[in-house]
Amino acid sequence: MAFETLIWLIPLAPLVAFGLIVLFTNRNKALSHWLALSGAGIAWLLSMWVFLRAVSTEGLAGEPFASVINWLPAADTWLQIGVVVDPITAVTLFFVAWTVLMIFIYSVGYHNFGQPAGDHDVPGLPPHGATLKEKKGPARRVLSVEPMYSRFFALISLFAFAMFLLVVSDNLLTLYIGWEIMGFCSYMLIGFWYGKVSARNAAVKAFLTTRIGDVFMLLGIVGLYSATGTLNYRAALADPAVLERLAAADSGVLGLSVAGLLGILLFIGTVGKSAQFPLHVWLPDAMEGPTPVSAMIHAATMVSAGVYLGIRIFPLVSAGWEGGELTAAMQVMAFIGAFTALFSATIALAQNDIKRVLAYSTISQLGYMIAALGVGAYVAAVFHLVTHAFFKALLFLGSGSVIHGMEHGVLHTGEKIDPQDMFNMGGLRSKMPRTFWTFLIGGLALSGFPLITAGFWSKDEILTGAFGGGHLLVFITLALSALLTAFYTMRQITLTFLGEARTKSAEHAHETGPVMTVPLIILAVFAVGAGWAGIPQQFPLLGSISSNWFGHFVGSMLSAEEHVAESYIPLVTSLVVSLGGLYLGWLVYRKVRAGDPDPLARPLGFVYQVFKYKYGIDEFYQAVFIKPSIWLAEVFTYRIVDKLILDGIIEGIGKGALAFGRAVRNYFDAPVVNGAGDGLSKGVRRSGEGLRAVQTGRVQQYMILTVALVVLAGLLFVLVFPGRGGN
Amino acid sequence: MSFPILSLIIFLPLAAGLVILALPAERKQAVRIIALTAAVLDLVLAVVVFIAYDVAQGGYQFVERFWWVKQLGISYYAGVNGISTPLVLMGALVVTSGVMISWRVEERPREFFAYLMFLGASVQGVFCSLDLFMVFFFFELAVFPKYLMIALWGYPKTRDYGSMKLTLYLFLGSVVSLVGVLAMYFAAGQNSFDMLTLEKAGFSRAFQQTWFLVVFGGFAILGGIFPFHSWAPDGHVAAPTAVSMLLAGVEMKVGAFAALRVAIMLLPDGAHFWAPLILALGTVNVVYGALIALIQTDFKYVIGFSSVSHMGLVLIGFATLNNEGLLGAGMQMFSHGIMTALFFAVVGMVYDRAHTRNIGELGGLFRKMPVAAVGFIIAGLVSMGMPGFSGFVAEFPIFMGAWKTLPLVAIIAVLGVIVTAGYILLVVGRVFFGTIPPKLDETVGDVSLMDKLVVGGLAALMILIGVFPTLSKMAPLIQSGVTPILALVGGA
Repeated sequence: MAFETLIWLIPLAPLVAFGLIVLFTNRNKALSHWLALSGAGIAWLLSMWVFLRAVSTEGLAGEPFASVINWLPAADTWLQIGVVVDPITAVTLFFVAWTVLMIFIYSVGYHNFGQPAGDHDVPGLPPHGATLKEKKGPARRVLSVEPMYSRFFALISLFAFAMFLLVVSDNLLTLYIGWEIMGFCSYMLIGFWYGKVSARNAAVKAFLTTRIGDVFMLLGIVGLYSATGTLNYRAALADPAVLERLAAADSGVLGLSVAGLLGILLFIGTVGKSAQFPLHVWLPDAMEGPTPVSAMIHAATMVSAGVYLGIRIFPLVSAGWEGGELTAAMQVMAFIGAFTALFSATIALAQNDIKRVLAYSTISQLGYMIAALGVGAYVAAVFHLVTHAFFKALLFLGSGSVIHGMEHGVLHTGEKIDPQDMFNMGGLRSKMPRTFWTFLIGGLALSGFPLITAGFWSKDEILTGAFGGGHLLVFITLALSALLTAFYTMRQITLTFLGEARTKSAEHAHETGPVMTVPLIILAVFAVGAGWAGIPQQFPLLGSISSNWFGHFVGSMLSAEEHVAESYIPLVTSLVVSLGGLYLGWLVYRKVRAGDPDPLARPLGFVYQVFKYKYGIDEFYQAVFIKPSIWLAEVFTYRIVDKLILDGIIEGIGKGALAFGRAVRNYFDAPVVNGAGDGLSKGVRRSGEGLRAVQTGRVQQYMILTVALVVLAGLLFVLVFPGRGGN
Repeated sequence: MSFPILSLIIFLPLAAGLVILALPAERKQAVRIIALTAAVLDLVLAVVVFIAYDVAQGGYQFVERFWWVKQLGISYYAGVNGISTPLVLMGALVVTSGVMISWRVEERPREFFAYLMFLGASVQGVFCSLDLFMVFFFFELAVFPKYLMIALWGYPKTRDYGSMKLTLYLFLGSVVSLVGVLAMYFAAGQNSFDMLTLEKAGFSRAFQQTWFLVVFGGFAILGGIFPFHSWAPDGHVAAPTAVSMLLAGVEMKVGAFAALRVAIMLLPDGAHFWAPLILALGTVNVVYGALIALIQTDFKYVIGFSSVSHMGLVLIGFATLNNEGLLGAGMQMFSHGIMTALFFAVVGMVYDRAHTRNIGELGGLFRKMPVAAVGFIIAGLVSMGMPGFSGFVAEFPIFMGAWKTLPLVAIIAVLGVIVTAGYILLVVGRVFFGTIPPKLDETVGDVSLMDKLVVGGLAALMILIGVFPTLSKMAPLIQSGVTPILALVGGA
């Protein structure tokens, strides 16, 4: 088997698992999850193989492994489906395969495999727990297995298929296919518990919001094809001659070059998928899905796909950029990325739901990557994408473990509290030690804790890139966001794990089983270790022993060398914001007792409320976009144009014809023709009146209209071709 | 002459319909079996034509011809090319599905199935015609059964209005285009209704520009062009399920196909001249239909207006007059036919069991009828242009073609696609998910095996074409039909 064929098998393995589960093993839980795990496992194994082959191949960027098949004819050429493994694909495959596999394994425990069926559980709602009666002692409440267990594994396998397809694709069309299938899966999975209104709404919101981005992206793809005649990365996006031509051509829109316009259109796809401002609103609501889905969406797949697209289109976006002033498209990216990073970090400060904090932190971290691309720090963006995937998957799964432990406590005590609210937690450190230590590692990585965590290295590189390129505003915004990130992360860790338990449920919380904690430990290893692959060589002390393998490997994708800043300012900034934020977070939240409000609520006052209510953007969209759209559809289009005007014209013609008929009858037929045949006319009239009673007025109108039209058509015909009918 | 397979496809349903009418009214089962047998045989023949059509050779194949009224140049002239072959298949599929879906019609099944067969014969006749007179002959053949089926078996509240509106619009359309066609006949002066002859008639530019709008407009009314679309939703909704499937699935394609075959191919200069207008109207169709579908409270009206929206994409594809657009339009005609038939089939299944089409009164039906629900969701994915389904391989080329011609059209049409996703999700969410009203929980049961076969078959086909547009022969076949059109209109 050719090596290239193996690449095809990576996405196909989970797809086959999906098909088999749907068709055959729907009713058997164990078989279903084994199929899903095998699919993800095979994809993982192949990915690792491909990854190792890729890193050991010299000059991979110039001559990647590739394979294509003709898919859809387009005039004299073909739209193709193809796969490729170049450095970007290789590193993306690496983290996607690992995180996906870990999430799959974790899901087995999360959905309570092996537990009894619930007392009142129904498909479409989260399991409510079962009562276990034992021979001795009183009955006790335990967690119950998910009723739609097989369905979950089927859908998540399809999700994995879409992501793998997207990563290995060698052109924008194949990428778009994976992209859209993933969008659909996210809809199905966010709305997995479709019995909950909030879940249904969140699913629709996620799908439609990302869809807005998608269609602009589709336009970008279509436009790129029109301009270059291909959608292949190498042919359309890596050929300097093509890029130069696109950068020079004027698009006629806002003074943008063709490259700039197409770059921005494609980038809107990223904005939707990676939940950047202003299309970020779907992501926090997407927490309605089961936690493994949140981890899939927020770390391994969906949002990463958006940034991945940003990375792929970077040559187009930066076409014409020579290291000096940014292109228009880059400016857009830098602005949106930096703004989103800060904006959503402030929202994360004031959220109490453990998953929502992480959701806003995801948006913020993705903003970092986009901003990095915007200022041309290409390698740093890829690097942060990889490290973030590991530590964010870890954090989400960790939060799921916490929620699981809390739910256990809630079932035990029967308290009516929200198991996801951090103010109901506290002191979980001793109850759930493995979850605590891994979550701590993830949190520190997110905060960019110096030297040992992966997050530090990647974030530091982004700051260095922004500073080195002379983009001070971006640098300051990102540094400020980093400070906030460290702060809210420590707030989260302190509220959840440190101090004393604030509820009975938290006291009775329970560590989850190894099927959930082992994936956490493995991800924690990467949350630390993944950073070492990319330690820059100019870094004091450590730099001299580092090879910066990552930088060279991924950097080979670009024709030009990135310039390196010779300054300690970014490094010092990284250290200060990270450690300072962590310390402040601990300081403010370490003494929160049960029933206390957020210590920041009073001092920040109104500003805190603004953060808490997310700047009112949902309400703003509701008022400015959704309501007017409904009005446009309902009142303007339907009632006014369709019913009033168009149908009105039709009925008007009908009525007019009727009136015309009546006039002919009353003023011509009755007085003139009647004189000739009175008796006959009376008979006709009587029968006509009889018929009128049988028919509705409307039918009659139309009948007369028909006759009138036929007569009209006949007249027209005679007038147009006088004397030629005899031919 | 070789085996007259096209004539068989056209006249088999006609014969079956006559046989059925000759049966005594109480032999209901015999009626159904004859109808199903004829429909399935027709489908088999259509599949044979689809497989046997030689793409490499192209052009019109399986041609049959003999004089009908020689003095006037009217001949019976049948043949199919890359555009019409898929439509013949689609028509046969929808008729077969319609028969299966209507299996439990208890009210005068004899007439019902006979008329359904006549409708089937009529559409196949138009798709296979190479003679203009024959186009009109078969087209008018459908008017009477169509009207009767809606008026007799339709939705009692609106059937009088719907049937009358539909009949008059379609009649108006055919009269208008007939005038245009007669103009062409006389202007060509060759005493021939043969379309292949008329293609070479060399009409003057002025003539083409004057008459294109008449010919195209008449047929496009049947295709649901704005602002003459309003027969479609009212007619579809008033009709019984099988007829809705045929009307929206096949009859609208008859209009679009005739507009392409007669107006665009015979009057190419006129097509170039009027293309901007058609492009504009098609774009309005897309957005307008989608917006109205978004706010409908009647399940069936949502689908009715969605057809208006999707036919807009076909019109846009035509009006681009380039390879991508025409290819996409050809794919869309097939894909939309199957998709909308599936939509209406499921709507019918829901209505038959829940006895309401009010979206607010429905809910949670996924658990009651999972196969139908999955079928509806798949049709929904096709309709929103999801990759992996036939809708994407149709819409993607249309957008490519539109961008090449005028990017603004692509941009506006794409907004319609967002709205499409909106109404599909809303309907799916409200009807199939959510909580089931207690009354429905007790009364609603699963769909029949026959229904499941229809849903499964149509859904599988849409996936097959969506995943393998080339291996399934669909795209190369349609491409082979597009190439000669481009030669006529002189585009690239």
